[in-house]
Amino acid sequence: MSAQPFLIAAAGLFSMGIYGILVRRNAVMVLLSIELILNAVNINFVVFNQMLSDVLLNGQIFTVFIITIAAAEVGIGLAIVLMLFRNRQTANINEFDLMKW
Amino acid sequence: MEAIDIFSYFLLLGLLLSAARVVTTSNVIHAAVALVFTLTITAVIFLLLSAEFVGLVIVMVYIGAVIVLFLFGIMITRAPLGENAELDNDKNKTVALVISFSIFGLFSYILLDSFDGQINITEGTSTEILGQILLSRFVFPFEIVSFVLLAALIGGITLARKDNALVDEDQV
Repeated sequence: MSAQPFLIAAAGLFSMGIYGILVRRNAVMVLLSIELILNAVNINFVVFNQMLSDVLLNGQIFTVFIITIAAAEVGIGLAIVLMLFRNRQTANINEFDLMKW
Repeated sequence: MEAIDIFSYFLLLGLLLSAARVVTTSNVIHAAVALVFTLTITAVIFLLLSAEFVGLVIVMVYIGAVIVLFLFGIMITRAPLGENAELDNDKNKTVALVISFSIFGLFSYILLDSFDGQINITEGTSTEILGQILLSRFVFPFEIVSFVLLAALIGGITLARKDNALVDEDQV
């Protein structure tokens, strides 16, 4: 089984995540797009792990680390969005312009 | 072409379609449900690539916990449920399309040019060996990651709670 279709699909997933980050206006939707990007990276790690037949399983272990970091990121991100919503009554990121130059 | 190749092509096609649904739908809840589909297909791909433990971690952590957190976030921030035309920033769309397609083109060119290896389907990864490697060779990053998770937990609670000690009693 060739590795290339998996790598191309992961690249497609990554670029869709970039598109979502740039287009979405709701902050929660931006966090969803970040999950897509992290998922693409996970797929790449596991595919390369199998392609190289790594006996030390570096790819899979790094995938577990990335999943942990992603869970932490979502928790913090949603807490920040909640905080912003409480103060500004909106979750649209284009209205958070207090620090805009 | 073997049967497993055709199966993996269908999986990857479903992955891309549901990911496209996540970023294009105008309904917030539909985006979260489409993300569930994307993650489920990812878990199946990991099973196919004989990474069983990672696939199960995806199901438990992402689908079990992160999606629930997202749904809570959507409901708490009172994002308008149902169809919502305001969800996308329309004037960014062309720029975003150009950037994402150029990233896709660049990545696929580099990946197709550099890697044409074969995936070796093995009998599966022993979770015992994974755990032994995780707690011997990677024990320091493991502890660091657990500390990061603890810090994120405390930080999330501190950010999200209403700090009643600082609020005057009359204003409540």
